[in-house]
Amino acid sequence: MIHAGLEQYIFVSALMFALGFFGVLLRKNTLVIYMCLELMLVASTLALVAFSRFNGTMDGNVFVFFILTIAAAEVAVGLAIIVALFRQRHTVQVEELNHLKN
Amino acid sequence: MVDKLFIILSVVTLVSAALVVVNKNAVNAAMFFMLSLVGTAGLFVLLNAYLLAFVLILVYAGAVVSLFLFIIMLLDTRPEAQKSFKKMTVAASLLGGLLLFTGVLSLMTHFVPATAGAKGHVLPPVGASLKGYAEQLFTTYLLPVQVVGFLLLIAMLGVIVLSKRFENKEAAS
Repeated sequence: MIHAGLEQYIFVSALMFALGFFGVLLRKNTLVIYMCLELMLVASTLALVAFSRFNGTMDGNVFVFFILTIAAAEVAVGLAIIVALFRQRHTVQVEELNHLKN
Repeated sequence: MVDKLFIILSVVTLVSAALVVVNKNAVNAAMFFMLSLVGTAGLFVLLNAYLLAFVLILVYAGAVVSLFLFIIMLLDTRPEAQKSFKKMTVAASLLGGLLLFTGVLSLMTHFVPATAGAKGHVLPPVGASLKGYAEQLFTTYLLPVQVVGFLLLIAMLGVIVLSKRFENKEAAS
C-alpha cells in the first residue's frame, strides 16, 4: 500500500506537468496546446498545495489563489488571441501559421 | 482510506491528462481536461484545501472549460484535417517530457524537509480554515490582491480590444 505523503503528491504533480509539456510539444492544434499549458499550470498548483500542507504554512495555498486568478485572465486573453488569429488566417493548426517565414 | 482515495484520484487525474494529449477530437480533449481538473480538486480535498478545491471546480472546470468548448465549437476545427503524428515527433516529444519529469522530480524532492513526509508526523490542517486565507489575503498579501485585481481589469480591456473588429476602419483609411 502506498502511503500518501509529500513525495507521492510531488510525483503526481511532476508527472502531470510532464504530460502537459508532452502535449505542448506533440500537438498541432493551438487550442489543444493551450489546454495542455493549462494542465501544466494546474500541476504546479497541486505541488504548491502539497508543499503547503506538509510544511504547515499558509503561503502556498494563498499563492494558488493568485495563480487561479491569473489563469482565468490568461485564458480569456489567450482565447481572444486565438479567435483573432482564426479570423485572419482561417486556421488554428500551428504548421500552417508560418507567415513570418516568407 | 485516504491512501486508497489518493491512488484512485491520482490515477483518474493522470489517465485523463494523458487522454487530453492523445485525443484527436478537441471536444473530447476538453472533456478529459475537465475530468483531470475534478481529480485534482479531489486531491486538494485530501490535502485539506477545501476552499481551493471548490474554487478550482468553479473557475477551472466551470468557466475555463466552458470557454474552451465555446471557442472549439465557434472555430469548428475539422477532425479530418488532423494528420496522424510522425513517429520522430512522438519519440522526441516523449523524450522531452520524460527529461522534464525527471528534472522536476529530482529538483522538488531535493528540497523536501526531513519531517514533512514522515508517517507519524501530524501537521495541523492549515488550508482548512477560511479565516487563515482571509488573514493572509488582507495582511501579508494585500498589495498582490490589488495588483491582481488591476490585472483582471486590464485583461478585460485587452479582450474587448482583441475581439473588436477593426477591418472596416483599416479598409476605409
